[in-house]
Amino acid sequence: MKSAVIVFPGSNCDRDVAVALEQVTGTRPAMVWHGESALPDGTGLIALPGGFSYGDYLRCGAIAARSPIVAAVVDAANRGMPVLGICNGFQVLTEIGLLPGALMRNGALNFVCRDVTLNVENDRSLFTNRYSSGERITIPVAHHDGNYFADDETLDRLEGEGQVAFRYTGNINGSARNIAGIVNEKGNVLGMMPHPERRIETAHGGDDGRRLFEGLLERVG
Amino acid sequence: MKLRIIVTLKPGVLDPQGKAIEHALGSLGFDGVNGVRAGKIFELDVADATSDEAIDEMCRKLLANTVIENYRVERQ
Repeated sequence: MKSAVIVFPGSNCDRDVAVALEQVTGTRPAMVWHGESALPDGTGLIALPGGFSYGDYLRCGAIAARSPIVAAVVDAANRGMPVLGICNGFQVLTEIGLLPGALMRNGALNFVCRDVTLNVENDRSLFTNRYSSGERITIPVAHHDGNYFADDETLDRLEGEGQVAFRYTGNINGSARNIAGIVNEKGNVLGMMPHPERRIETAHGGDDGRRLFEGLLERVG
Repeated sequence: MKLRIIVTLKPGVLDPQGKAIEHALGSLGFDGVNGVRAGKIFELDVADATSDEAIDEMCRKLLANTVIENYRVERQ
């Protein structure tokens, strides 16, 4: 499967996610600069990587979300192409409006950089089908602005529709209802603050993140 | 034309930065500070012909995230 990693000025997990995608899919992803206006032909999966695009100026992900490539990403997402946004990528997806809510400064104002335990909330999504609902996995986080906010009505809808993919097992950053990752209504766009690409082989200290990429590959083909 | 655009968090959105500032004011000995909310101010210099609609669009499309923030425009 051909995948594309969007690279913004200040992305710093673009190579990590590219390695994860290459290891699992066997094909090296195209690295697509944010200033491009189109995705490479045959792209079947888009990843928005972690990092600090534009130095987090204005709001995290805000300026990246207005990049020239974004129109092509939105168009692909609306056609059903899987889009995976990790950390800054999640922030960018909320700023684009492909996912509801916003990611604010961590509740305790600290930068959180450590392994966290996640509860898999819904194993029926494109991204979580290799996990089991209720399963606990360990994935690292590294962020200053991962405090998920949405109004109560939106939160109820996300929970009611099974759009919460992952939840922290404790309060690590102040996120509403301990939400760590959500999918859109159609289920083809996932945003999550933890970094599955940093846990894909035993040398990383565990491979709990690998099944996310494997499950995606299996479904997308 | 000079504009001042003030972006504030919506009521009900928790503001941990404002809380930290409030506590710091308390530690400095200022009593009676009942609340602090942090926000942002943008000073823009725009062409005189810029329409209200365009200014509003600048706020909605970029300067404020209307999921969590309100904005108001002051003309100077």
